[in-house]
Amino acid sequence: MTNVRQFKPEEPWQAPEGEPIVRIDNVTKRFGAFYAVDDISLNIHQGEFFSLLGSSGCGKTTLLRMLAGFETPTSGHIYIDGQDVTNIPAYERPVNMMFQSYALFPHMNVADNIAFGLKQEGMPRAEREARVAEMLALVQIEPLAKRKPHQLSGGQRQRVALARALAKHPKILLLDEPLGALDKKLREQTQFELVNIQERLGITFIVVTHDQEEAMTMSSRIALMHEGRIEQVDPPRRLYEFPSTRYAAGFIGSVNLFDGYVIQQDDDQVLIQCDEADSQLLVRHSQPLIPGMEVTVALRPEKIRVLNRLEEEAPNQLRGQIKEIAYLGDVSIYHVELPGGKRVQFTQSNIQALAEQPLTWDEEILLGWSANSCGVLTE
Amino acid sequence: MNRRLPLLITILLFGYAFLYIPIVSLIVYSFNESRLVTVWSGFSTKWYAELLQNGPLLSAAWLSIRIAALTATLSVVLGTLAALALVRFRRFRGRGSLEVMVTAPLVMPEVIIGLSLLLLFVAMENVIGWPAGRGMTTIVIAHTTFAMAYVAVVVQSRLAHMDLSLEEAALDLGARPIKVFFTITLPLIAPSLAAGWLLAFTLSLDDLVVASFVSGPGATTLPMVVYSSVRLGVSPEINALATIIVGLVAMAVLIAGYILWRQEKHGRSDNL
Repeated sequence: MTNVRQFKPEEPWQAPEGEPIVRIDNVTKRFGAFYAVDDISLNIHQGEFFSLLGSSGCGKTTLLRMLAGFETPTSGHIYIDGQDVTNIPAYERPVNMMFQSYALFPHMNVADNIAFGLKQEGMPRAEREARVAEMLALVQIEPLAKRKPHQLSGGQRQRVALARALAKHPKILLLDEPLGALDKKLREQTQFELVNIQERLGITFIVVTHDQEEAMTMSSRIALMHEGRIEQVDPPRRLYEFPSTRYAAGFIGSVNLFDGYVIQQDDDQVLIQCDEADSQLLVRHSQPLIPGMEVTVALRPEKIRVLNRLEEEAPNQLRGQIKEIAYLGDVSIYHVELPGGKRVQFTQSNIQALAEQPLTWDEEILLGWSANSCGVLTE
Repeated sequence: MNRRLPLLITILLFGYAFLYIPIVSLIVYSFNESRLVTVWSGFSTKWYAELLQNGPLLSAAWLSIRIAALTATLSVVLGTLAALALVRFRRFRGRGSLEVMVTAPLVMPEVIIGLSLLLLFVAMENVIGWPAGRGMTTIVIAHTTFAMAYVAVVVQSRLAHMDLSLEEAALDLGARPIKVFFTITLPLIAPSLAAGWLLAFTLSLDDLVVASFVSGPGATTLPMVVYSSVRLGVSPEINALATIIVGLVAMAVLIAGYILWRQEKHGRSDNL
């Protein structure tokens, strides 16, 4: 997976003294007996492209709606730019939202839709028109200013919705599944544009999405949510390479999990006994673990190599038999059955059009990986 | 399938005949030359001309139209408020009873509505002195009580189909709730308000039973005049009047239907 952000000059969440632009403080939202959001605390910093990622019903949309002011927390507080907005209505908050359905006003043309928020704050006409023109240019839809929403394509509507939400220069822009209604090609292209716009304006974006690829591509940080709680908050790369829970490891990408227990830990390497693999696995892990503790080893399929022969002294080598092969064009996925019956998945890029000795069904192979390319999960 | 078609057509024809032959014969005989309603003696429009000379009938018609217009306007205001309460506010005290009360007039026998309102008006006059006597005011109030139920149903269905996030988007952009209602909600439900107005207008114009209960001396609506004159014998003049009313009502119903159909079509393309 690729991340569009080539440059990350600062990582504001690393600076302890920086006051976050959004502070979510032990927020809980209950609908009857159902906890949609369960005691979440989270800091989001100025200029971030922050994603709330999770499957449907995980509470991400409820959290976003509480930031917008459409829902009130059952308990806890929300601060925006230092101000407690918990009980401030939506129309007085310095945030704007781009809706999943876009929610363009069908009886107004594009320019009037964009000007709507500016009219509410009583901006003089000349200034308002200049701002609308600026917004139309920003999302490159100048020729559509006089059209009605029903005369626009899905992609054009999405741009109008974005322009309308940005017109008031909010401190924070909330985006609810911003690319959800677009087809795949357009979605990929729009991802880059969203990031460019965000970097140009320097406005904090908070995005709700269920699409991990979208979150990985655009975000500076991702909060992975599950059943109303946050599983992990990290930049995309850390989230993928160092998931902290089994759920996080399984949600993003594919993963092989081996259950086992700690035998011993030297410096930053842990030796783990895995009965499933009938072997001892060596994993790099710097946090201290207690011997005998039950843990899980997480291993991404693309980190596994096929070895020609058993390497003396090298850790993490397993024998198995290829059971399934899925050819996806750029990569192939192999399912390998270990002697104990456990299946391990690994991928190989198809570097050559016709490999000399392609792996085939029922072939006995030897898999190996380094201690640096897998992780230990304790939860 | 094909063998059942003739049967279906026969049933359809019977149905139409049952519904429309009386009306058609009424229209045809309004152009009858003869004074005797049942004897055809040639085409004429003289009963229409005579109608225009009939003072009491015309003033009754004018009264009915004024009552209908007032009723329709009041019904739209009250019916819309009721619909908003039912669709937009999910939970409040008395919601269940409001829901029942709003739709009750749709199924309540007219005689009972009329009688109960008459008793209410008499009691109110005794206690607070208003409404003093019965006439146009009481008829408008009575008509509004049942017409608003129809408006509420029409507006309710439109509101239920409206995307809630449109209102949220307006709030989010800084519009206060009252402003959201007038700049977003109202324009979007306007077609159903127009349809509701026409429906209420027609209902009020048609009504005989409720009006008979709550009207007083000096306030005789068109249906009341028609009914009392028919008791003395059917005159072709009434046929002519009835033809005009049928025409007006049909037109109003068609326009209301067209508005609703168009908004339905439009609404669907909005949600794309």
